[in-house]
Amino acid sequence: MELILAIGIGVLGGSGVYLMLRPRTFQVIIGLSLLSYAVNLFIFSMGRLTVDGAPVIGHDPVDPGLYADPVPQALVLTAIVIGFAMTALFLVVLLAARGLTGTDHVDGREQP
Amino acid sequence: MTPPVLLTLVLLLPFVASLLAAVLPSNARNAEAWLAGSIAVTGFAAMMWLFPHIANGGIVRQEIAWIPALGLNLVLRLDGFSWLFGVLVTGVGFLVVLYARYYMSPKDPVPRFFAFFLAFMGSMLGLVMSGNIIQLVVFWELTSITSFLLIGYWFHLAQARDGARMALTVTGLGGLGLLVGMLIIGHIVGSYDLDVVLTSGDTIREHALYLPALLLILLGALTKSAQFPFHFWLPHAMAAPTPVSAYLHSATMVKAGVFLLVRFWPVMAGTDEWFWIVTFAGLATLIFGAYAAIFQTDMKGLLAYSTISHLGLITTLLGMSSPLATVAAIFHIANHATFKASLFMAAGIIDHETGTRDIRKLSGLFRFMPFTATLAMVASAAMAGVPLLNGFLSKEMFFAETAERDANPFVNIALPLGATLGSMFAVVYSLRFVHGVFFGPRPHGLSKVPHEPPALMRRPIEILVLLCLIVGIIPGITVGPYLAAAVVAVTGPDTPYYSLSVWHGFNYALAMSITALVGGVLLYWALHGYLAKGIEGPPILRRLKGQRIFERIMLIVTSKWARRLESRLGTRGLQPQLFLLFLFAVGTAATVMIGRLGPIELSFAGFDPAFALLWSVGIVCAVAAAHQAKFHRLVALVLLGGTGIVSCITFVWFSAPDLAITQLLVEIVTTVLILLGLRWLPKRVEDLRDQVLVRRARFRRYRDVALASAAGLGMGIASYAVMTRGIPEGISEFFLENAYALGGGTNVVNVMLVDFRAFDTLGEITVLGIVALTVFAVLRRFRPASESIPKPEQQRIQNAFDTRAPERHPGDTVNEYLLIPAVIMQWMFPVIIVLAMYLFLRGHDQPGGGFAAGIVMSIGFILQYMAGGTRWVEDRLRILPLRWIGSGLLLALVVGVASQLLGYPFMTTAFQYAELPYIGRVPLASALLFDLGVFSLVVGATVLILIALAHQSVRSPKAGRRQAPIKEPEVSPDAPVELR
Repeated sequence: MELILAIGIGVLGGSGVYLMLRPRTFQVIIGLSLLSYAVNLFIFSMGRLTVDGAPVIGHDPVDPGLYADPVPQALVLTAIVIGFAMTALFLVVLLAARGLTGTDHVDGREQP
Repeated sequence: MTPPVLLTLVLLLPFVASLLAAVLPSNARNAEAWLAGSIAVTGFAAMMWLFPHIANGGIVRQEIAWIPALGLNLVLRLDGFSWLFGVLVTGVGFLVVLYARYYMSPKDPVPRFFAFFLAFMGSMLGLVMSGNIIQLVVFWELTSITSFLLIGYWFHLAQARDGARMALTVTGLGGLGLLVGMLIIGHIVGSYDLDVVLTSGDTIREHALYLPALLLILLGALTKSAQFPFHFWLPHAMAAPTPVSAYLHSATMVKAGVFLLVRFWPVMAGTDEWFWIVTFAGLATLIFGAYAAIFQTDMKGLLAYSTISHLGLITTLLGMSSPLATVAAIFHIANHATFKASLFMAAGIIDHETGTRDIRKLSGLFRFMPFTATLAMVASAAMAGVPLLNGFLSKEMFFAETAERDANPFVNIALPLGATLGSMFAVVYSLRFVHGVFFGPRPHGLSKVPHEPPALMRRPIEILVLLCLIVGIIPGITVGPYLAAAVVAVTGPDTPYYSLSVWHGFNYALAMSITALVGGVLLYWALHGYLAKGIEGPPILRRLKGQRIFERIMLIVTSKWARRLESRLGTRGLQPQLFLLFLFAVGTAATVMIGRLGPIELSFAGFDPAFALLWSVGIVCAVAAAHQAKFHRLVALVLLGGTGIVSCITFVWFSAPDLAITQLLVEIVTTVLILLGLRWLPKRVEDLRDQVLVRRARFRRYRDVALASAAGLGMGIASYAVMTRGIPEGISEFFLENAYALGGGTNVVNVMLVDFRAFDTLGEITVLGIVALTVFAVLRRFRPASESIPKPEQQRIQNAFDTRAPERHPGDTVNEYLLIPAVIMQWMFPVIIVLAMYLFLRGHDQPGGGFAAGIVMSIGFILQYMAGGTRWVEDRLRILPLRWIGSGLLLALVVGVASQLLGYPFMTTAFQYAELPYIGRVPLASALLFDLGVFSLVVGATVLILIALAHQSVRSPKAGRRQAPIKEPEVSPDAPVELR
């Protein structure tokens, strides 16, 4: 299980980095999203993988060993929302750049 | 009031008054002068009151803790030596204020002048009273900045701007050196406290880092005190108003450099390096400054070079490293301040009354202003070192010290010779100042008839000259105790005996004095003819202009080199920048990981084919999205969504239901968002020419693939390495054990978000709100022009069809598009709202919460937009996203602050269970209110972003509005749902 997830994280991250190095704004926005999936999963995996142990507890004192680590989950929850905000902002900057320069190249002008 | 508290007040008052002075009306000259004057007098009185506490080596100390762990505290420390400076700063400061009241013209904006002046006074007091060497540097830099503002006070004059800039650059550079030097000293000593540093002289002198520290500290001191070769900024600083020159260049700013030398004299002096560098920098400055002063035609220029020369004298004394020389140096600091301040003021009066400071134009002024002339003559005599004046005493001490025999024959000759020569020049320029300005024929060509200034304007000079006289005649009783206190503070308990009497019998020093006086008179007589020609600048050295060299260096460094560096290393392209960024990140991670990762064992335990299948889909989606993103945007977007779903299922798989819910919902919103944006991107058709890649582009692509693979590989290995290892003791257990006991909720993740780490969440929703507003603003201002993109092909075909059919209006087909889903979407609205409420209310105990609920709610709105179109929705439903955002943030904040009002720390939550009839036990936590704020903000922000994008299409063409008029269809029994 760990191996599969690790490979998945690697491929997502690699695809994201590749796209972020491309010249078109749309490629960069897709790359940014892929990279944020990879990073979210990466942070999530720092709490190790637990099956059937959602951190929803009862009213009685609990044994922490039985539950998934809630700290990375809280961090990733925040990261997902901030990632959404980033995508939105980037999309709008992309559109504004498109409106101002007439091209969708990341530098605002076509390379010679 | 205790002495330490008084010390704090003395430091704070000028800064407070500075703020006050800045807001007074611009014509309040008297009020400003009263304010500044009373502050200076208060400071002076406080100093006098404090004197008994610091006499005989006492120290007044006030420590205010700031970051004790780093040894950074605000320490105020007053000993005899800093007391002397405190008296000079406040005393001369008061006289300058009085003088400035009459000097400044009613047209000058005085609030600015006095505000800067007071701030400078405060910085100077802070500098001399610093008990922490880092704090000392801070005040040192403050004096640089405030003096920059003062020198550039008349900023409409190019001269003033250039002079101020040069002064700031040179002293600022020195200040940087000083900071590093102080850090080294702190490293050597292990403390930044001045008292500790002052007792560690031997440690510092024997340390391997002594020389770098010395050079850096000297860089600071010598630039500030305008010592050769950094002297050139001072004459240019004369573009300042004369009160500023009188203050900065007699008693304060330039004296800061020698203050620093004296302050560190006990711990740094005595080595060969100190002796050679300091003594000869000082001696060179002494001779050069005096020589250059002779040939100045501007009175203030002459005084400026004379100041440089006198500072050189003080520096030379300090370099000699003997306690007696240091006594002389301290004495001369005070003496020079008195006579030089009065001379600057006299020069200012002459400038004021005649309209010029040019010695060539002035002559015979004695008959017009005998009183001022007499005062200036006495002060000049003190400057030249004439007996019975204070300048004579310290100069005699200087001569006596230079005449001491030394083991080195070069020193034996150079020091006395240089000292005599410098003093001879001093006599010459003093004679020129007096003779050239006050004697000789009547001046002609002056713009006004000169006369005596107002009595009060002359009063400061009278006081200073009186001081020169009484100190010169009866030094022992007048200045003796104060000087003794200052000296003991520097040289410590084994202060040598020194005599302050005027007559020491016939000795070397007297012979040198007489030689300098007689030689000076003779030299002036010999040079008289040359000087009468009025050639600006000293012969031979005239060509060597410090300013020009400075400008040249500035040009090379700030323009030529900067440009060259930028063209070599800089790039405006985003791709190379990002490439370097990723390369650096991958490189750093690799250097950390390689060799330290430990063994990695591949294990296939718990292998699940379903999970493998899931991720093979995810991997294919990611790679395909990367491949398709250039030409097939919609395909790439769909594939991206596929990857998102896979990661969402992964969260479900590994016990993170909250993450899965949020991820799924955000996925929906993001997709809609990007879909809305797609419309505005230029069409990109796969072209055959693109297939035949240019070699460079192909190389770039392979290179990026390599880097991306390295990055992916690194992420994969790192995550695998972590996942297969045991979990160390962390903070997670705390949250699991206390979520219910302290937070009153069973969903630990949600309790963390709204309770334990609510402050983080508050920051996060603030960011979200800001982003939404930014999106809104950016789109308003910079949206792409509607005509830049043709209408989509589909719409064109539909409109053409509508136009052809006689019974149809253009736009009808679009409106009928997806009719049945649209109906369902509209019906779904209340259902979605209920879902949002459900998610929100269960959030504290079960997966859900404000974030998820907020996004669900906004999806509900979006579906209405999609089903009915923008206008249709907005005709029926007024959504005010800005209010949602504002009230959400406000609510979250109020919940946080409320706990503070009740006496708990910010963001403390309370919870209680309430029995409600029919519903049963209901948890009531104040965190729920906080979550409500989060909910409201998320709804507002998401809707605002999406609506802003959606409005792009509506706003665009006015023609389009005519094509598709807003028409309410008639309601018929067959169509119960309103549709367009």
